[in-house]
Amino acid sequence: MNEMATITALQNQIMQEPFGEYSWILNVLIYVFFFVFMFYGQKINTYIMLREVEGSLYKLKYIKDKGRKKAIEAIKEIGKAETDPTARVDRFLEYFTIAPKSLDPAGIVGKLEHILDVRETRFKDDVKLMAPEADRTQINNLENTLEAAMALNFIYKIIRHFYLLGKKTLSLYIIMQLQMILPLVMREAEAYANALKAFAEGQPIGDGVGALVAARLTQGHPTRIIAKDCIAATVPLEGRTAYVVKAEGPGGNVGKPGEAVKTVIEENEGKIATIIMVDAALKLEGEEVGEIAEGVGAAIGGPGVDQFKIEESILEHRIPINAVIIKEDIGDAVSPMRKEIFEAVDKAIERIKQVILEKTKEGDKVIIVGVGNTIGIGQ
Amino acid sequence: MLGLVTPLASGNRKVKKMSEPSSSAAAKISSFALLVIFLTLALSLVALILAINVLYTPNQEPSVAGYLLLIGFLGVALSTYVLLQTRKRIKRLRIKTPPVITTVECRKCGFKNIRDFQRGDYIFKEVEPCEKCKENTLITAIYREVKEKRKKTRF
Repeated sequence: MNEMATITALQNQIMQEPFGEYSWILNVLIYVFFFVFMFYGQKINTYIMLREVEGSLYKLKYIKDKGRKKAIEAIKEIGKAETDPTARVDRFLEYFTIAPKSLDPAGIVGKLEHILDVRETRFKDDVKLMAPEADRTQINNLENTLEAAMALNFIYKIIRHFYLLGKKTLSLYIIMQLQMILPLVMREAEAYANALKAFAEGQPIGDGVGALVAARLTQGHPTRIIAKDCIAATVPLEGRTAYVVKAEGPGGNVGKPGEAVKTVIEENEGKIATIIMVDAALKLEGEEVGEIAEGVGAAIGGPGVDQFKIEESILEHRIPINAVIIKEDIGDAVSPMRKEIFEAVDKAIERIKQVILEKTKEGDKVIIVGVGNTIGIGQ
Repeated sequence: MLGLVTPLASGNRKVKKMSEPSSSAAAKISSFALLVIFLTLALSLVALILAINVLYTPNQEPSVAGYLLLIGFLGVALSTYVLLQTRKRIKRLRIKTPPVITTVECRKCGFKNIRDFQRGDYIFKEVEPCEKCKENTLITAIYREVKEKRKKTRF
């Protein structure tokens, strides 16, 4: 009891001494703060979060505007169009693609492939109209530039939508979800901003490391067109015959590796000892950029059409499939190729040779597929 | 034969960098916000001067000087913090893109030339004749070098 009285007296002394007769003001302020935070705490929290989202939205707008400007500049510089392409670019940025209905999934891959082909043709036709002087490589690069600008526009619009919705409804849960995913969204947007410069200038990007591995292997050997936007070369490797497949460079293009693999298998009547796929893969935090890992399966990203085709082809002839991946993060994948990734090419080739030696016999035939966007990489 | 590495060429790029300041509305600070910040700063400085005056004037209550000092310091700290934050926001808007390097190599004599990337360059492109043996040279590498500040973690 005695101790309690001493503490209360001490509290009173501490509260009253510096403010003297005006200490009641401090008491009232404390109560006001207490009640304000009790009843409006969540709203204050919401406003703070909204401010944070607003800051990121400013940055997104800045990146998006820069992207649009960069795309227009590149089209004007390369395409030398007689009319101003700005209006057409703005229309392009709003393009959308509707995925086929998956209610009855049978045959959906064919439908998806058709939609993607139509989309690609439409994009290329539009780029040709915007930049009549551009050659095939430049058209591919400009198409990639516009797609990056389109992605930035889309990210900005989605974040703006949820920001405005959150502001309108003052729903903590909408704003909280938005604030939680924002760091990841911002990373992706910054990666696309870097990609824009790379695409506009035709620089190799991190995603092209698989294509670079294939290009290294095809060096000094004649190449032929094997599928749409895809080339193949027959290369003697460790006493085996390797059919090296990659997208046709140096324009920004991923080709149709699924179709290419199918054609090579058919040409050899299914007598392929193994398929080795090389691709860039997303690394986990803590892993090194350019780290190489080995596994089995079709190492290929994208909408899944090519993976499906490769899996169908190998199943028919029971061909084993191996994968060599080079690790990088999303930012590295779409921005100009990092030195570490470039240096990983030699290591990847060594791994491929090792797999060939371990899994096949002398005189066997193998397929090596370098997957990825071949922008800035010839053959 | 050992390949020779020449120093980096510079300043031959025409295209504007993404890191350049923009005239975009997103990069601007509102003039009203700046006015409020500078007004607070000015008032805080006035409070500090008054506090010093009170301290050196005889027969004045020292607690008044204390309050004025408190208000002054708080005001200066707050306005400086807000000003720095707005500056930081503009800095955050800029995206740094490290330079991209092209390596040109002569297959015959091994002469190596490292220069800035130029539009039209691509890996395995045959370019200008070699400075030493006049053979056609080949672009063998295009990459960017990133100097990362590594944070030490236990894992």
